[in-house]
Amino acid sequence: MSLLEVENLWVRFPTRQGIFNAVRGVSFALERERLGIVGESGSGKSMTGRAILRLIRKPGIVESDAIRLEGRNLLELSEPEMRKVRGQKISMVMQDPKFSLNPVMTIGDQIMESYLLHNNTSKAQARAKAIAMLEAVSIHDPERVMRAYPHEMSGGMGQRIMIAMMLIPNPQILIADEPTSALDVSVQRQVLDIMDGLVKERGMGLIFISHDLNLVSEFCDRVLIMYAGRIVEVCDADKLHQAKHPYTQGLLNSLPRLDQPKKHLEVLKRDDGWADGESVGGS
Amino acid sequence: MSDMTSQHSSWREWLTTDAPTSRRHARLANLYQGWLTLRANSMAMFGLGILLALLLVALLAPVLSPHDPFEQSLSNRLQPLGTEGHILGTDSLGRDILSRLIYGSRITLYIVALVALIAPVAGLLVGTVAGYVGGWTDTILMRITDIFLAFPRLVLALAFVAALGAGIENAVLAISLTAWPPYARIARAETLTIRSADYISAIRLQGAGALRIITKHIWPLCISSLIVRVTLDMAGIILAAAGLGFLGLGAQPPSPEWGAMISEGRRFILDHWWVATVPGLAIFTVSLAFNLLGDGLRDVLDPKDGSQ
Amino acid sequence: MTALTIKELNVWFGTDRDRVDAVKSASFDVGIGESFGLVGESGSGKSTILRAITGLAPMWSGEITVEGKRIQRATRDRAFYKTVQMVFQDPYASLHPRHTVDQVLSETLHLNGFKDINTRVVRLLDDVGLGGKFRFRYPHQISGGQRQRVAVARALAGEPDILLLDEPTSALDVSVQAEILNLLTDLRNEHKLTYLMVSHDLPVIGHMCDRLAVMKDGEIVEVMETDDLRHGTAKHDYSRSLLAASAVA
Repeated sequence: MSLLEVENLWVRFPTRQGIFNAVRGVSFALERERLGIVGESGSGKSMTGRAILRLIRKPGIVESDAIRLEGRNLLELSEPEMRKVRGQKISMVMQDPKFSLNPVMTIGDQIMESYLLHNNTSKAQARAKAIAMLEAVSIHDPERVMRAYPHEMSGGMGQRIMIAMMLIPNPQILIADEPTSALDVSVQRQVLDIMDGLVKERGMGLIFISHDLNLVSEFCDRVLIMYAGRIVEVCDADKLHQAKHPYTQGLLNSLPRLDQPKKHLEVLKRDDGWADGESVGGS
Repeated sequence: MSDMTSQHSSWREWLTTDAPTSRRHARLANLYQGWLTLRANSMAMFGLGILLALLLVALLAPVLSPHDPFEQSLSNRLQPLGTEGHILGTDSLGRDILSRLIYGSRITLYIVALVALIAPVAGLLVGTVAGYVGGWTDTILMRITDIFLAFPRLVLALAFVAALGAGIENAVLAISLTAWPPYARIARAETLTIRSADYISAIRLQGAGALRIITKHIWPLCISSLIVRVTLDMAGIILAAAGLGFLGLGAQPPSPEWGAMISEGRRFILDHWWVATVPGLAIFTVSLAFNLLGDGLRDVLDPKDGSQ
Repeated sequence: MTALTIKELNVWFGTDRDRVDAVKSASFDVGIGESFGLVGESGSGKSTILRAITGLAPMWSGEITVEGKRIQRATRDRAFYKTVQMVFQDPYASLHPRHTVDQVLSETLHLNGFKDINTRVVRLLDDVGLGGKFRFRYPHQISGGQRQRVAVARALAGEPDILLLDEPTSALDVSVQAEILNLLTDLRNEHKLTYLMVSHDLPVIGHMCDRLAVMKDGEIVEVMETDDLRHGTAKHDYSRSLLAASAVA
């Protein structure tokens, strides 16, 4: 039994021009591994992550045969039951900590709030836990950070705090939606290494959503490539450069490379057929 | 029959095309999209319907009104609702309330139109210039705005009446003079945000001067929020005019202004409640209609989903 | 004569105690017809240099020389705008939301004093690979890549010699980036333009530029040829670490 199984996920949005299908028949399974979901804007990758956590509100429609967390179908849960799952079993780190941390609460208060929501302990214990968590994400001055506000933190620190906050309830799965896209290149490595370490240490599953194919291939075990709401290819991360689907190859070839100077970059020639094919299973 | 439908559908196609062929075409297509969004909001449509009805009533007042609004009939005073020939009853001088209501709609529209023309326009001018030019101009203009903001509306109206005599025009002037500062503030705040946008930098790099930037680039963006704000303020403006009328500072008797009608009916509220209540309901309905329309317009002109 | 010479450029914001020095003693040259890159992370001051050149950052000291003419004052004149133009980073913010593509280009052409506006608009759209069906659309009706093409068309409308490019593809998808970069390469060859390009993305700079300067905390730490970058022979420690961080597995 896999940690997470998604079967035939569809996410639809009714618009004035008809129904727009953001995610079309996506299926995959997640073990205790690092799974990357790669795609460009509009590919449906973020929607997939949100659909798993049932964060998509009306008028969005989520349909799936099943979304099973350790055998339990999340779609059958009531909203209060789902709230227990969110944060405690499956957690999500988003792109820009400026927008996902509450600007009017101190960082300490926010992390403690996250902990107390899922654990019935005293404030003092929550505080100790929060400080321990901040140290686990390599923040060397946790007392000061606890008293600070989000706007006083740099991007990299903010993301590390976000990771601390999301991991404090000890979830089994972490969904990271473009966690390093807003960060500088030198800080990206740091944050990814921390996330990697924690995920391995706790035996969690990680779903890493990104548009950066190279980053994902370095960081994950397996990669799903999405295009127009479908999964067009699944492969092991270290075999990415042997990818078969023309979209994946096109993406890889259109990136400028320092070691391969060219006059013109190869432009991806989109084939309408890619959007129509069956979604490849990702188990 | 099929010819009509094919013509109809070709109009729709023309308006919803994704490849407009001229500027006018693009603008009309955009307006049509906005209209479709507004049409989907039933509350806003309800508000719009009421306002259109108001407009019609005001235009067709001589036709629709069963009696002369000024015709007194002392033997017929304070007749209740449903009296024969006077569906909404008569007031303390025997004048038909329905007719007075119908003619009063003209005055209401007059007030609304005048204030809507003066206050937001003045506010837009002051606010955008202050916001764009900055420095001393900004400081001076904003302090002037603060001075006008500090005036209580009724006190200013009293001052005007004392100086220029009572009347509807002076009431409108008094209301406009106290209504424009918030628009200036909004326009200035928007201008400050817009000013730092890349598209303004880009046009500055083409050598555009302040006048062009303010009129062609900043105003089009401020106007949406101003329109929304004006419709939402309409309710307050009507009530302010009614309040002034109630105090005898606005429309003078025998003018059928709705606020003045409430004032006249005040004495009889216990036994002949309809004399004051019916015009009150009219004011309530029109204010509500403006509010609903304003809300709907906000969704069209100022969508928060960031798509525009 | 160089296209652009920057000597001991300092740019700052705020005064006295609140003063923040965004650029400190920056110096470099860009030859005519050359493509020069400015690389650095956020906060390194690279975009600020562009803003100082165009007059959008008013407080600066040092020397800025464009095609042999020293820039003396805080504002720029018409001759400057006919020589230097800029393409901005965020395609979603660089076009006025209420103006059609046609309006954007027509206004630019009008401000530059051209009379045959209609023909030029058609030709500009053609040059950047957009067809006639985009001409009367509003920005929210076109994609990010298409908006960036319009921004490039706008920059080229006045027939400038030098284009300043502020992270032109950072906000775009990878596949769209390739198209825009190819477009920029072709336009440079066709119109014999000089490019000063800012980016945090080393491979993009490596692809587009002949020479580059690496910036950190407002200072230029190294100026080098792109070949040095490719062969990993960067001299300064920071350049090396930047190179290492962007290395592909």
